[in-house]
Amino acid sequence: MGAATSTALPTGRPDLLGVAAQRRRTGSWLVTLTVALVLTVVVAVGSGSIGIPPTTVAKIIGHHLVGLPAEVTWTPPQEAIVWQVRLPRVLLGVLVGAGLAACGVALQAMVRNVLADPYLLGINSGASSGAAAAILFGAGAGFGQYALSSSAFLGALGASLLVFLIARSGGRVTSIRLLLSGVAVGYALYATTSFLIFASGSAEGARSVMFWLLGSLGLARWNVLLLIAAVVLCGMIGYLTVVGRRLDVLAIGDETAQTLGVSPDRFRLRLLVLVSLSVGVLVSAAGSIGFVGLVVPHLARRIVGAPHVRVVPVAALLGAILLVWADVLARVLLAPQEIPIGIITALLGAPFLLILIRRLHATGS
Amino acid sequence: MIEATQVSWRYGANPVIDGVSVTARPGRVLGLIGPNGSGKTTLLRLLYGALRGGTGRVVVDGDDLAALPSRQAARRLAVVVQESGGETALTVAELVLLGRGPHLNTFQRTGAADHLIAAQCLARVGAAHLGSRPFAGLSGGERQRVLIARALAQQATHLLLDEPTNHLDIRYQHEILRLVRDLGTCAVVVLHDLNLAARYCDDLVLLGRGGVAAAGTTDEVLDPAVLEPVYGIGIQRLDLDGAIHLLYHPVHQPVPERSAA
Repeated sequence: MGAATSTALPTGRPDLLGVAAQRRRTGSWLVTLTVALVLTVVVAVGSGSIGIPPTTVAKIIGHHLVGLPAEVTWTPPQEAIVWQVRLPRVLLGVLVGAGLAACGVALQAMVRNVLADPYLLGINSGASSGAAAAILFGAGAGFGQYALSSSAFLGALGASLLVFLIARSGGRVTSIRLLLSGVAVGYALYATTSFLIFASGSAEGARSVMFWLLGSLGLARWNVLLLIAAVVLCGMIGYLTVVGRRLDVLAIGDETAQTLGVSPDRFRLRLLVLVSLSVGVLVSAAGSIGFVGLVVPHLARRIVGAPHVRVVPVAALLGAILLVWADVLARVLLAPQEIPIGIITALLGAPFLLILIRRLHATGS
Repeated sequence: MIEATQVSWRYGANPVIDGVSVTARPGRVLGLIGPNGSGKTTLLRLLYGALRGGTGRVVVDGDDLAALPSRQAARRLAVVVQESGGETALTVAELVLLGRGPHLNTFQRTGAADHLIAAQCLARVGAAHLGSRPFAGLSGGERQRVLIARALAQQATHLLLDEPTNHLDIRYQHEILRLVRDLGTCAVVVLHDLNLAARYCDDLVLLGRGGVAAAGTTDEVLDPAVLEPVYGIGIQRLDLDGAIHLLYHPVHQPVPERSAA
């Protein structure tokens, strides 16, 4: 098709398709959101039952990270609150928000459904069953202080394996089978969790399970879990950004993907493994926090358009910022009592979802 | 050149394509024609490797298609399928740029050369003005032209199209097929309309029940004596100024069950 080059063209414009302009716009959004995220972290660490000025927070963090400022101008309790208690919690919020949003983007492309979210595959139900078993019956006691997280992670892994085995047919995993088996496994495991709560007969245990089910960042510590979460989630977000073009193609359709050199079955399988692993890590660290993975991808698309190479990083930043603020609300609304963060995200996310549904209806798709 | 030898495909127990051999020659437009359900689309899908695991062999420019990595196959075969991706939120320009994917490695972004190619391909199908519009908001005809632009942007050595004139006005039906003809590359087109096939194809394969009813040059295949039994309709052929025109009239045959009763 070399003949194509001889065709007359609207020449003279350097940016023929507006791609450069779009890239500049995305670039400035990324810078803006990164700055907003840093500010969010500093302000969020300062907020709570004991308020600490952002400048003090910045100084304490700077002192720990790079040794600047060297001189200590704050009290030891302030330092303990900032460094030991709130910073790990806020960082976990950043990771969970970014991870959920990126997983949501990947899943919506994989199953070609704008209402898909990271919990669609029943992974959170599996994690919940694992957590309930740990809280109520002491499952995973061999893992010591990590009993709850490991048990939840094993539950998540089991659930995704089950979904995968059911969805697979003749070596292929199709979108619709993935959706349906995810829903089926999710319901079955939800029932299992309820059964465990009922069978244990412990009101106190039931309350802790309930609290865990609604999500909380309260378990965050400087420990190996935070490190694992950071590695897995950064890896996942990086990978999804790099394969953005393949996600674009997969989101159009299997046939199109095939003809553009992307093997849809193999790619979907790889995504499934990656998303399952990431969601497993997320729910074992923070419980199931709804709506972030569903709503944030749509926000990101409205800001920078549909190509995934732009949507993934923007959604990750947005998700991180939103989740940290949701956690601040969870801590201060009924202080000193803490509200499960899942309640906040649902209260904020549900109206957005309704708007989305109305818009879908209006465009007739 | 695409050479398919004895390819077969069955859905369940029904063979749709049974031991079919076709050859698409360089620089020529091959039309696949036949009545509904004769397996035109299935044959096309076998030719570009979307259906694998059936019997037979497809060779593209001397290499077995089954052994070609999908990215390499995408540099040889550009395909316009009927799946339109109408729900995508991509803009027209973004969609056409996806055609450059098979030429880029995973870490490469599209560069100025890719943008130039994409813009040229859009201009070729008369859609240069649509670049920044959302694809989902286009009319059926506009969509089809954009999808063809994406296939052109692949700069493959073969172009395969599954009923590219569906949903198009008569003018665009002719424009699209003239475009395919003028490319001068090896093209395989599934067509419903025999008069379009007559005007724009060099060679034709007529599919009947499970197999090839006739194959050859357009002039040879578009013979009423060949077409009538396959389509079950009366056909009159007019040769005007070197072009073939077909006229149809229903044949009044007794329906078999009724004559039995």
